Amino acid sequence: MIKIRGIHRSFDNKEVLRGVDLTVNKGETFLLIGRSGAGKTVLLKNIIGLLRPDCGTIHIDGVDITQLSNDKLEKVRLEFGLVFQNSALFDFLTIEENVGFFLYQHTKLSRPEIRKKVTETLALVGLKGIEDAHPYELSGGMRKRVAIARAVIYNPKILIYDEPTTGIDPIAVDKIVSLIEDLHQRLGITSVVVTHDLEVGLRLADRLAFLLGGRIIFEGNKEDLKQSQDDRLIQFLKGSSGGPIKEMEV
Amino acid sequence: MKLFKALAQLFHYLGSLGCFARDTVGWLLTKKRKLKDVIREIVFIGIDSLPLVSLISFFIGIIIAFQTAYQLRAFRSEIQLATLVALSMVRELGPVIGALIVAARSGASITAGIGSMKISEQVDALEAFGVNPLDYLVVPKFLALFICMPILIIYADCLGIIGGYLVGTTKFSINLGLYFRMTFQALSGKDILSGLVKSISFGSIIAFVSCYEGFRPFSSIDVSRSVTHAVVRSFILIIVFDCILTAIFYFVGV
Repeated sequence: MIKIRGIHRSFDNKEVLRGVDLTVNKGETFLLIGRSGAGKTVLLKNIIGLLRPDCGTIHIDGVDITQLSNDKLEKVRLEFGLVFQNSALFDFLTIEENVGFFLYQHTKLSRPEIRKKVTETLALVGLKGIEDAHPYELSGGMRKRVAIARAVIYNPKILIYDEPTTGIDPIAVDKIVSLIEDLHQRLGITSVVVTHDLEVGLRLADRLAFLLGGRIIFEGNKEDLKQSQDDRLIQFLKGSSGGPIKEMEV
Repeated sequence: MKLFKALAQLFHYLGSLGCFARDTVGWLLTKKRKLKDVIREIVFIGIDSLPLVSLISFFIGIIIAFQTAYQLRAFRSEIQLATLVALSMVRELGPVIGALIVAARSGASITAGIGSMKISEQVDALEAFGVNPLDYLVVPKFLALFICMPILIIYADCLGIIGGYLVGTTKFSINLGLYFRMTFQALSGKDILSGLVKSISFGSIIAFVSCYEGFRPFSSIDVSRSVTHAVVRSFILIIVFDCILTAIFYFVGV
């Protein structure tokens, strides 16, 4: 379970997060929506400890990670699987070394054992026979799948997807969304999906939150979303340029 | 006021670079590393630099020989050419020219490589997978430069001396035996030691500056800026440290 209370985070005197409160329940797929530059990725990086908030608390399964030393934070971080916006595969490594990266770094498994597990995990995301290829030889959609395989290979407790469908064609988007749904059903991992693609997000989510101007202005399930009367949320859902959300509010 | 601000920025930069170097050495001492990672860097930084180092050192040897011979002709002592080429290469030009070549070739590439990783979130990915970027990216490069630089510099010295020998034999008819006898007589252990200390220092400077600059970009424009900064700042620090080390060696008699 992730419980966030009163998170603030600034960069060069620009306040990106201004008191974020959020709860993600165990086993659910939680959607975080918001405009580009709203601070979604910054919030994610705070959740997994890549950034530290200026103030506020983040409890992961009851432990406040904002109070942990770097060493302890590193251990907590290993409970997360992260799929980056641009896949962030390591260019200089093969697909096998990318997917098995965690196992090479943190386990004593032999190379053949890791290769076997990599092959199994690649099959889980619908890929095979690409173990010896390099990331630059793959399409955008395939890179996303490899990134997902890299994140699930070590059975993390929480999976975080940062814009999992950005920059790929509609058919690949459908495949990625089906894959995320399938993985969630099979593995039952708590998932947080960050996207501004509403169609994708609503297909995946059990509950969702809307981040605007560094604050969460809506949190609830899909039914709550339909009944919400918040003008800003309605404008965002309609994708209308006219309304209470001004250009500067990003 | 501007001078004060510039000095403050300079000391801030040197302080940050010093902390970066301290953390890198800290990781180097606390964790075992895979030989494969270091060898990969040695191949790129050391072996792939050999053609360029060979070419430039060889021609520098020829140039020094001609310039020296021009001066020595006034005293009819062209025979001393071997001595002066050897001392210039081993004590000064070999380490400095070699370091400048490596800074421009490998240092720039290191900065661009880490910078690209930074802006494409690969550095974040390392941290997300519980791997410290300093440990994974910087330490192998530092080790490779620490090992490669002395070897590259000795190699550059030899090529420079061979360049000088070509001039000595073809233009001034100094025979092979005499040229190399004079070369080895001129060189003492102290000369070689001074060259090696310089090469290790310069290698460390290139590693720290190039990697440090690599972690600074936030966009692709920043990457090209960081590469420029890495090369320029490495050059400046190499020359400043060369001056300091040469003065120290002079005063302690090395």
